[in-house]
Amino acid sequence: MTVPLRPRDWVRATVSRVHSETPNARTLAIDVPGWPGHAPGQHVDIRLTAPDGYTASRSYSIASSSASGVVEVTVDRLDDGEVSPYLVDVVVPGDQLEVRGPAGRWFVWTADAPDAAPRPVQLVAGGSGIVPLMAMIRTHDDIHSSTPFRLLYSVRSPELAIYRTELLERASTGDSLAVHWAFTRSAPEGWAGGAARLDLSAVRRGVFPPELGAEVFVCGSTPFVEAAANWLLDLGHAHDDIRTERYGG
Amino acid sequence: MGFFSNGFSGRRRPEVPGLPPGQYVTTSFPVLSTGPTPRVDTDDWQFTIATETGAVHRWSWDEFRALPAEDVSTDIHCVTTWSKFGTSWRGVSLDTLLAGIDTGAGFALAHSYGGYTTNVPLPDLLGGKAWVAFEFDGEPLASEHGGPARLLVPHLYFWKSAKWVQGLTLLEHDTPGFWEQNGYHMYGDPFREQRYW
Repeated sequence: MTVPLRPRDWVRATVSRVHSETPNARTLAIDVPGWPGHAPGQHVDIRLTAPDGYTASRSYSIASSSASGVVEVTVDRLDDGEVSPYLVDVVVPGDQLEVRGPAGRWFVWTADAPDAAPRPVQLVAGGSGIVPLMAMIRTHDDIHSSTPFRLLYSVRSPELAIYRTELLERASTGDSLAVHWAFTRSAPEGWAGGAARLDLSAVRRGVFPPELGAEVFVCGSTPFVEAAANWLLDLGHAHDDIRTERYGG
Repeated sequence: MGFFSNGFSGRRRPEVPGLPPGQYVTTSFPVLSTGPTPRVDTDDWQFTIATETGAVHRWSWDEFRALPAEDVSTDIHCVTTWSKFGTSWRGVSLDTLLAGIDTGAGFALAHSYGGYTTNVPLPDLLGGKAWVAFEFDGEPLASEHGGPARLLVPHLYFWKSAKWVQGLTLLEHDTPGFWEQNGYHMYGDPFREQRYW
């Protein structure tokens, strides 16, 4: 898999499909002419232009598998946002916007070489931090990787869990992905333990033991990533095994 | 040019003086880093400057804090497109730290607890343009924002302001640091929008 060394210039692109994931989040498939491909975990910048030439741009993680050749982003609406409400509520297929990317070469999963001993991958997502991790999960499935993947996904409620159905299906049909859910505000009927704030013991139950030396990717809000990364260190995961991506302020 | 995003009007502001191209103003203080926040105790903290000849100058936390410090009010610009105006810092000027150090180097590679590195031309660290900051908004710098001390080079994109800074290596040739190896610009002037190389 080749990762472009740098993002290209802004490219005019067309929204080809939209799909609601939750009441707050929507996936956009975007047709980007000359798309060079991406690695799972990378992001794109999206720029909107108003009729008078005013522009606004933000970065969004790519959700689609790198094997798919398709560019999909999943956008969570920030109520005080300028770009995300447009992408979640307004844009329709056929609309144009501009895309620059892909960008980011650090928070990226690189598949094990076919003859190498697979190194387990631990994914830890808080809320919409699932998006770049989903690109890794989808890529892992698409290339039939045998690398053990485990996801700890912390969300407020089942209704707000982006990709809920797809994750349940992928975890039940494959044998190399395990998903551990943590519901922080409301849990499904009869969920053992009910809803609870994520804590050290929940993280311990939800992740590979540190002895396995898994490569760890953590993505979510700044407070979530701070807390989760600290718990992982407390559990004995090595500092250098943990890659983080934080969003928002 | 006739192109626009259907139905997008934006939350336009009147011209914001001092806002670099492609940036928006935020009042929060987002955090970006690559891994867990390093745990750095000021008892163990050291700041070093190594010159191109191999001479090493060291400061313990107490020695560093005994140096004259300055209050700095400045705008900061992150490559992820947020800018924050009028931030308040307190730190030791690099002019103070580099005074009396004999060097002909043109460049510095900052290195941090946790392994992060970033490169800055030495002239950009001199002349009242850069500090090792240890307070933000009158409080000790929080660890997630780079405490106990971070580099502050506010005229460049903020990834150059290395958190958890541990020292500088002075070099005759410019050497890419962490993000620079990963596609970000070697210099990073926000007003010339030097995001990527």
